[in-house]
Amino acid sequence: MTALLVIMCILPFLVGEYYVEILILFLINVILAQSYRLVTTTGDWSLCHMVLMGAGAYASALMARYFGWPFWMTAPLAGVAAGVIGLGFVYPLLRTKGFGFFIASLAIGEFLRLVWIKVHNPFGGPRGMIDIPYIGELGSIDFYEAFPYYFMTLLITVACVFILQRIDRSRIGDAFKAIYTDEILAESVGIKVGRYRTIAFVVGAFFAGIAGALLAHRLNAIDPKLFDVNNMVYLIIWVVVGGTATFAGPVIGVAVITIIFEWTRPLLEWRPLFFGAILIGFLIFLPSGLESLIPKFVRRFGNRKAAQSEAEQAIGAEESA
Amino acid sequence: MNMETFVQSIANSLVASSIYATVAVGLALGFGVMQMANFAHGEFFMVGAYVVYILYAIGGVPFPVAVIAALFMVSVIGLITERAIFRPTRENVLAGFMATCGLSMILQVLVGQIWGVGLMRYIPTPYMGTATIAGAQIGWQRLIVIPGAFGMVAALWFFLHRVRWGKALRACAQDPEAAALQGISINKMTALAMGIAGGYAGLAGALMAPIHAVTPYMGHAVILVAFIVVVVGGMASIEGAVLAAILFGFIHTFVTTMFDAVVASMVGVGVMVVVLVAKPTGLLGRVKA
Repeated sequence: MTALLVIMCILPFLVGEYYVEILILFLINVILAQSYRLVTTTGDWSLCHMVLMGAGAYASALMARYFGWPFWMTAPLAGVAAGVIGLGFVYPLLRTKGFGFFIASLAIGEFLRLVWIKVHNPFGGPRGMIDIPYIGELGSIDFYEAFPYYFMTLLITVACVFILQRIDRSRIGDAFKAIYTDEILAESVGIKVGRYRTIAFVVGAFFAGIAGALLAHRLNAIDPKLFDVNNMVYLIIWVVVGGTATFAGPVIGVAVITIIFEWTRPLLEWRPLFFGAILIGFLIFLPSGLESLIPKFVRRFGNRKAAQSEAEQAIGAEESA
Repeated sequence: MNMETFVQSIANSLVASSIYATVAVGLALGFGVMQMANFAHGEFFMVGAYVVYILYAIGGVPFPVAVIAALFMVSVIGLITERAIFRPTRENVLAGFMATCGLSMILQVLVGQIWGVGLMRYIPTPYMGTATIAGAQIGWQRLIVIPGAFGMVAALWFFLHRVRWGKALRACAQDPEAAALQGISINKMTALAMGIAGGYAGLAGALMAPIHAVTPYMGHAVILVAFIVVVVGGMASIEGAVLAAILFGFIHTFVTTMFDAVVASMVGVGVMVVVLVAKPTGLLGRVKA
């Protein structure tokens, strides 16, 4: 974990400016994927997570433009806005489960996206919002530059992942997993299933909203297409490729897919085909994702005892999945 | 809204209803039998339209022959999907669903790369001329869609309720284990269900090809409506899907005529939310969505 942080601190100095921009997007995507992972621990594979990120992005952009509020205010408020919208979404969604949840969440997310497309003032219609204010300066640090933005994003990412990890390991997180494993059993031991599914969804939406705010202020322009179903499928690919049992999974998934994404840049039109094939391949041949390979590697090259306990954990996680 | 527009809208609603019904029954059937949730169903519809484009508009094959060819070709794609995706992921509904998300991307790219992205395909109208009903002019091409699609839906109902294989399919939908104990092969039934689902999606796409913009991405709008229709109809219920399809065909057409397509989609989602809150099992469903 510490090693990873050190690498993330050194990495931007070793690569060009273009790759720093990609690293920024990578970190934003890590927040998004980790918040999505939290929602999925209850078994609710939502298809409107991307739209909730968009809600945060639009909220932050609107607050920055019309009220002139600074980023340290708009980012948390963007999270709150996404959370409130998520609370509105989850009320009808709680009546569905599994596949029904999947498609009902797709439809509800599409509703909000259509609102952005339809309402020109203030959302800007299909062309979205442009000229979103930059974050500005803090003392002598100008956040317009890639490096300061990168380190700010890194700080926020670490904070978000830390909080998500604390939630995951708390009693609330245990309740989420209990609902995934056996909903009826969870209910019979006194877990209020509806309440915990709501908590997971809204907390996930909150962090997705923060990721959205970071995205909006870096790209300076957002449009409804950024948060459509296609991009939602990419989010699913990240977590499927990485796995959702541990916190390492989504990070690995985002990292691997980002690298492949950059590699396949010359084959732009064929790219969705690759990723479709990757998604199908992983779901059929490695359904628990790349993270499930880690214990195997550790067993081969590292400490045997540690490997065993990790393998047992992985098996436990697989069973609950 | 004057009388002419009203009659025109009724006709358009019936066309939309019949197409939604044809697409949604396949989706509901697949979901009923072993919970096969197919996200690529909209792309099946798109492939059906492209088969008509290739055979009829380019190849010069008569329109009805092209439609039947589309039905069979997409049905084969359905069979392949069942064998390659749904069978290996049978224990996990969501894995099958997500894998078909991947399949939809693959089909879009393949069709787009082979026949070009962007430009709408021009398909000449096979049945020229219009019928005049109460002062409104309605193209024959639209009118023949209605009996064609509803006839196929009725045929499916007959198959499921009167034919031995269809009854086996329904048995499998009710209780796969009990059906297996009666000697019904689950694998054959899932293949049959996906074959029918694919064929129906292909047929709908083929019938719509001359009156719809044919692009590699035309499946997106269709799949969203089809999903909403299936949820509102009650997930695995064929009858519910048909009823909801008729309802949404009218809602979508009338709202589009009065406002625009974006508002129509929003109203559609709104109706779904109301149904989910008021009756989570859908209109005719027994299973919770």
